[in-house]
Amino acid sequence: MFRSMWCAMALAVAMLPAYGQDVREELRQLQQRIQQLEKRLQDTDAKARKAEEDAARAENTAAQASARPASENAFNPAISLILQGTAARSSLDPNTYRITGFAPPTGEIGPARRGLSLGESELVVTSNIDPYFRGQIVASLTPEDTVEVEEAFFQTLALGKGFTIKGGRFLSSIGYQNQIHQHAWDFQDAPLAYKAFLGGRLNDDGVQLRWIAPTDLFLELGTELGRGRTFPGTDPNKNGTGLWTAFAHVGGDIGASTAWRTGLSYARTSPQDRAVPDMDALGTQSFTGRSNLWIADFILKWAPGGNPTVTNFKLQGEYFRRKESGDLDFNNVNSGDYSSRQSGWYLQGIYQFMPQWRVGYRYDQLSHGTVSNGLGLTAADSPLLLTDYNPKRNTLMVDWSPTEFSRIRLQLASDKSRFGMTDNQVLLQYIYSLGAHGAHAF
Amino acid sequence: MRLLLTAALIAICSPAIAALNILACEPEWGALAKEIGGDKVTVYTATTALQDPHRIEARPSLIARARSADLMVCTGAELEIGWVPLLQTQSGNPKIQAGQPGYFEAAGVVALLEKPTRLDRSMGDIHAAGNPHIHLDPRNIARVSAALSERMANLDRADTGYYEDREKSFLQRWSDATARWEKQGAPLKGMPLVVYHKNLTYLINWLGMREVGALEPKPGLPPSTAHLGELLEQLKRGPAKAVVRAAYNEPRAAEWLAERAKIPAVMVPFTVGGTDNAKDLFTLYDDTLTRLLAVAK
Repeated sequence: MFRSMWCAMALAVAMLPAYGQDVREELRQLQQRIQQLEKRLQDTDAKARKAEEDAARAENTAAQASARPASENAFNPAISLILQGTAARSSLDPNTYRITGFAPPTGEIGPARRGLSLGESELVVTSNIDPYFRGQIVASLTPEDTVEVEEAFFQTLALGKGFTIKGGRFLSSIGYQNQIHQHAWDFQDAPLAYKAFLGGRLNDDGVQLRWIAPTDLFLELGTELGRGRTFPGTDPNKNGTGLWTAFAHVGGDIGASTAWRTGLSYARTSPQDRAVPDMDALGTQSFTGRSNLWIADFILKWAPGGNPTVTNFKLQGEYFRRKESGDLDFNNVNSGDYSSRQSGWYLQGIYQFMPQWRVGYRYDQLSHGTVSNGLGLTAADSPLLLTDYNPKRNTLMVDWSPTEFSRIRLQLASDKSRFGMTDNQVLLQYIYSLGAHGAHAF
Repeated sequence: MRLLLTAALIAICSPAIAALNILACEPEWGALAKEIGGDKVTVYTATTALQDPHRIEARPSLIARARSADLMVCTGAELEIGWVPLLQTQSGNPKIQAGQPGYFEAAGVVALLEKPTRLDRSMGDIHAAGNPHIHLDPRNIARVSAALSERMANLDRADTGYYEDREKSFLQRWSDATARWEKQGAPLKGMPLVVYHKNLTYLINWLGMREVGALEPKPGLPPSTAHLGELLEQLKRGPAKAVVRAAYNEPRAAEWLAERAKIPAVMVPFTVGGTDNAKDLFTLYDDTLTRLLAVAK
């Protein structure tokens, strides 16, 4: 019994060193395996991360692929519709509206019709045509149940180097307010200077070339060739062009809060037998000659920190100067030299004092300047053209715009466009915009 | 004379020469473009963190910048619909037209939340493609950075490797930071919040917070007294932890409600530059979390 115990013990002692060697060996192997496993884990991790990144990329592509619906209808142009209407009251008859000393065409220049009246409803359809062109039409449905094409033009997208060509009928880029659509104006009607010198606005048929300089300061140069379809032109029936304009604008920012733009424009037309719509004259008159118009414009917009949501302010002004020279025809019998140098300006400020609410004031003035004629006509013969009178107007407005798609405006004006008479006007106007979100130019 | 003047003006005002001239619509994309582009790009950011990206005008200065841009980096999803289309048509720059490689829309590469099931303007200023304020979920930033670096590499072939390396390094740091923010933000899980505009949706979704109301009665409409009153009543029944607004949202309505509901009003930077601390994308998230955590207890 004891022998066997001793034997076992001896055996155990004899085996111990060998056993210890085995343990060490096993430990070494285990260490190796752990190291291998760690390495594999790292590899798997890296693989997983890569897979994640790949997945993210794949997801990106998938999202990109599914971002746009694949439907034929998706290529429909953006359509928006403007609804407008007024309720107006004026102390003088809008149908007899004239700007004494100036002879723009009648019609669109008059104040709003008395009583309740529908304004112009505008239908705007616009879209990129292909990678090279974009097209737009603005059709105006007038309350007189007619359709006017206000704008219908193509515009290049791919000329490069800052060049853009526009062709068709479009609002000219001269001045500042000219290329702003009526529904985006800050007052219901155009400044007197626009009425007197452009018959409200210039939207001729023609082509425009515009270039933006590759500078951080905004610099735009452009020129237009047109038909001379509307006032001050007379839609000549001739080959070639009847209107030429050139314009230059510069603009930029002053800090984060203020943005500005200013410019100089020129328009030249050669009206033929342009009738003077003077009902009080002793005979019919018409002008044939050359009309040169200069416009200096500026606009300044301010908002605290450049965030116009709560408050903002806009100051805008333009100065017009026109020189016309040629012949004045009287009663289709006599004809003589005629020349005029006339000017006009307006200044307006619009202040948004709280979200949705704005107030605005505009001052208009025209200067009759010098008008001479070789026929010896006097103001008694031709009161509209020859009365030495400087029309003035004060306009006040307050409007409420619950969203950018709706606006309701109250406007008061004291209009001294007519010699010796003051027209007091009050109007309430609504402007609604339906459909695609139109982007408004600065 | 005129030629001379023009030449002089161009010489004075011309932007610095870099491989890629980038016009970023919002500060977050400007910051991301800088992370990826390093010194191979010049970045001009069209808006600041204190401006409402919905209400920007196509100012002359932006048209001038768009004229010489090689790449425009915008959010898309109609966020900039009031001004970017004008920059494209007015600038005479074919590179940045919609559909060209030079026009990048971040919203195109992430899955948008809050896609409206019904499209009607009576619901306020909603976006047909979904909520466009995607940049406050760091996973979206990672997705956009992958797509943007690819785009930049495509436009500037000579520096492809450079952009790839920088993007890889950014993504590495970004995923580390994301893990850290997720850990830090754990106490925010389930926190009920009143927001100003639905511009924090992705942040709320990422951190698992809950939006229980918005100060705007409908997206894009300013807070009205009637709506704030209703909100106050609602908060009496089911309280929120805080009223949160972006730096560009005006503070009065948020403070009015916070005071009456006896909860804190928190301003978050919303994007790079919204607070002094939010200097880049990383500090934007750091600062946002710090401000939210301060009221989470």
